Amino acid sequence: MEHDTNSFILLAAILVPLVTGVIALLGGRLNTSALRSISALGFGIPLIIGIYLFCNFDASLIGEYNFELRAPTGLESIGIYLHLGLNAISLPLFLLAGVVGLAAGLYAMNSKAERLNLYLALLLFMLGGLMGTFASVDVFFFYFFHEFALIPTFIMIGIWGGAGRRGAAIEMTIYLTVGALLSLLGLIALYVTSGVDSFSLLELRNYLSEQPLSETVQSNIFALLLFGFGILVSLFPFHSWAPKGYAVAPSGAAMLHAGVLKKFGLYGLLQIAYPLLPEGGEHWFSLIVWLALGNILFIGLVTIAQKDLKMMLGYSSVMHMGYAFLGLVTFSVVGVGGALLMMVAHGLSVALLFMLATCIYHRSQTFDMSAMGGLATKAPVLAAFFVAGTMASIGLPGFGNFWGEFTIFAALAETEHTRWLVAPAAIGIIISAIYGLRAVANIFFGQPKEVFVAQLESDTVVDLKLSEKVPALILIIALVITGLFPRLLSDNANSELANLYPVEDTLPHHEVMTLPSTTDAHKELTH
Amino acid sequence: MNELLAEFLHGYAATNEWTVIMPEIMLAILALGMLGAEMVLPKNSHGLIPRLAMWGQALILVVLLSAGCSFGGDPKGYFSGMIEQTNVTHMMRAFFLVCSIFVCYLGQIYLSKQNLAKTEFYHLVIIIAAAMMLLVQSAHFVMLFVALETVTVAFYVLVAYCRNNSLSLEAGLKYLVLGALSSGILLFGIVLLYGVAGNPELAGFSRDSLAYGELAKFIELNPDNLLVKVGALLVIAGICFKIGAVPFQIWVPDVYQGAPTPVTAYLAVASKAAGFIVLLTLVRGPLAGLSEFLVPVLSFIAAVTILFGNITAVTQRNVKRLMGLSGIAHAGYLLVGVIAALTIDWAVYAVIFYLVTYLLASFAVFGVMAHLADSADANQELEHYQDLARKRPFLSGILTCGLGSLAGIPPLGGFIGKLFLFVAAFQAGLYGLLAISVIGVVISIYYYFGWIRECYFGTQVAESESVESAPLLTADRVMLGALVLGTIAIGLVPAVLPIIP
Repeated sequence: MEHDTNSFILLAAILVPLVTGVIALLGGRLNTSALRSISALGFGIPLIIGIYLFCNFDASLIGEYNFELRAPTGLESIGIYLHLGLNAISLPLFLLAGVVGLAAGLYAMNSKAERLNLYLALLLFMLGGLMGTFASVDVFFFYFFHEFALIPTFIMIGIWGGAGRRGAAIEMTIYLTVGALLSLLGLIALYVTSGVDSFSLLELRNYLSEQPLSETVQSNIFALLLFGFGILVSLFPFHSWAPKGYAVAPSGAAMLHAGVLKKFGLYGLLQIAYPLLPEGGEHWFSLIVWLALGNILFIGLVTIAQKDLKMMLGYSSVMHMGYAFLGLVTFSVVGVGGALLMMVAHGLSVALLFMLATCIYHRSQTFDMSAMGGLATKAPVLAAFFVAGTMASIGLPGFGNFWGEFTIFAALAETEHTRWLVAPAAIGIIISAIYGLRAVANIFFGQPKEVFVAQLESDTVVDLKLSEKVPALILIIALVITGLFPRLLSDNANSELANLYPVEDTLPHHEVMTLPSTTDAHKELTH
Repeated sequence: MNELLAEFLHGYAATNEWTVIMPEIMLAILALGMLGAEMVLPKNSHGLIPRLAMWGQALILVVLLSAGCSFGGDPKGYFSGMIEQTNVTHMMRAFFLVCSIFVCYLGQIYLSKQNLAKTEFYHLVIIIAAAMMLLVQSAHFVMLFVALETVTVAFYVLVAYCRNNSLSLEAGLKYLVLGALSSGILLFGIVLLYGVAGNPELAGFSRDSLAYGELAKFIELNPDNLLVKVGALLVIAGICFKIGAVPFQIWVPDVYQGAPTPVTAYLAVASKAAGFIVLLTLVRGPLAGLSEFLVPVLSFIAAVTILFGNITAVTQRNVKRLMGLSGIAHAGYLLVGVIAALTIDWAVYAVIFYLVTYLLASFAVFGVMAHLADSADANQELEHYQDLARKRPFLSGILTCGLGSLAGIPPLGGFIGKLFLFVAAFQAGLYGLLAISVIGVVISIYYYFGWIRECYFGTQVAESESVESAPLLTADRVMLGALVLGTIAIGLVPAVLPIIP
């Protein structure tokens, strides 16, 4: 295989955070400014590389990967190579990891965490793992990098977590191990039963498109992948680790995990499970639909009942995963593309909200929303940012989340047997508006609660500092870009998805449809 | 009879090449030389003896490995078929030598805290290493039994080595009684097989049915014979005692707790590995004809072993018992590999790969345990590890990597080991055992992470309660660091361990 320079640049996006992480880890005696500049390199370069590769991305390579790199590591005997590359589906998530990584890194660098060098090193390892996850063509390394990114999360919760971290950390560890092992078994099963003797997604895909597995085998393997990945994405009813884990996690870990790492499971279903095992997806269709509705409606109602800000954010992120599942079950370019857009936009908005939640805590000294109020008078910029994040999360136009949810709804309405889902999904939007707006109102507006008056008057309550504004702005700008120019991502993804999710002739109700461009959708809105 | 003896002696004379077991001979000389050195050397330079043991073995390791470069790869028999050398035996000989070097290193730490005889410890460790190296090469039941008994008898002494500690003595007695029982069972099985295979009325009978090759031919022709089945079961029961598989695991927790930490490590890693290689040789060699009968038996043992080890380990607070019980679980995973090896050839190498990652991770953990233990070696509780990350960051880092690798967390070596085992099991179609293994791994996360959690999340304990131990020397950092670096390197680039063909 020929490697051009860009392949090695892609590799650098994984290696730079890892190397800077090792430097930060070993350089315990570095002074703070040296530590900061080294880790700034580690956090910044992946995003720069991501943007550079985005500009050089060749969208005409449908069904192939850009910037491929393939190297043996000693697992060739079972068909595993370090095989990197990007396609139009992984590229948006690769960029997402870069953006959220930079924001989380910048925020963490200026935090007052104890043992800052260890904290930054773990975040850098996590970022390296994330870049690797989305740059992997080999499904084994896809899994491997995910685990690599997951371990630092546990350690960060252990060392810098809030109250109740002992229980939350072990619950999260066990849940995620179960999910990871199930998906690993599913991937091995795919490798063994396909008989192609390779873990490369490309080879698996080419081989299976010609010789598909029998329906029983497909549905069995799909079940392993569905529940494995599902647990990792907090599919109802395997979600209980997520709110608790995020509630105690330090902000950097929560941003990267909820924002990016959790998308691993969806990405695995989107890129691997559905295209390779379409009949398996069909087999489990109704179960997934009901579980996704559980996410949207049941967890939605649970979210309304939350008083703790971080718990509410955790539950709301669990809830929004339901929409992504609904997008996947349509098995259409529009629905899956909507899920993809939604993953990116949700990643940005949830990272923003988790970060701002910590900013709020620094001012209020509490996460209890019923014990706050009137914060907007002292911190208007914080209030504006938080409102923007909430609006994005509810799915208001102007932010990427809108396009994700909108196209998922459009895809659901497109076919007869999914049309009824639009109604419960729309109720979900109302639910998220209720808890989102209520949180904004409780925290920032109205009269401060009696217990909060003294705290609000104290000098610690100031508006966002520069070190908090910059990461928040990075995320908001990215959200607005995806909101105003979704075609930047969706145009390339469309053609790739059309290849992965072909319309079957036997099902006439599937019509070729593409993601609406900005102008089309505006027309529809004005009707 | 005389004719038989003459034939044997003739074959023996024609195939005895002492050079092929040169490393074992050199080990025996080294072991004896150390006893001599203790008599000759003045008392104040007795500190040289552990160094002599380690450097001597390192030298022998170099000899062994350099001989391996010229090693062809086809199995070759020597000493009239007593010994057979293959790729597997070659790797395992190096494996046992590395084990023994690390045990000597741990022994040095342990003995510095105890008022016990020192030289004999190293002597016995080296004798065991030599005997294990012969054990994995044996291709004849007589050779097997003699080598195995050499190992076991030396372990009787080592387990009870701390003779002023009642727990160590109790462990020694338990190991002695149950070890003797298991040797008896093994011998009984061997004799049954020998007897039935020598019966001239049966097809394929042999005059030399103790040799694996002859026995394999006989069993191939008589797989349904009751005595063959009973004999094979008894032999496997004897081996299961060594590897600590259910229902022969009952000695493990007490012996692991009472034995000195280095001996526990030796039992956990080398003794278990030797048992597995012997089991692999037997079920793929002489007992291959019984596969259909043995697979369900071994599958049942593997499933129960995995579940028993993991479930009982959950409630343990003593870390030596914890290592023992979790070691039972690892024996279960390895048994899955052994069963897979009956149909998938490369699964043998998957088992060896797993054993190597297990060696690195276990010795890292035992190394930390040996450093932190005080003179009451059997009382190593989880509570002693509270807040270790703050007090001894280096040791807690080593411990975290070791335990993470045992739990099978990427990017550590243990994960790759489990990956190979799982892929092999998948190819062999062992879906039920895979499901049980996964359940086992999930349970193991609870106690391995529970231990790590003690190090990091533990509440601050008063200084007086904390473990007092000597500061680390550079040599300690090098030894423990090498184990962890090896574990990480295997996890990142498995090619550094060229075992899987």
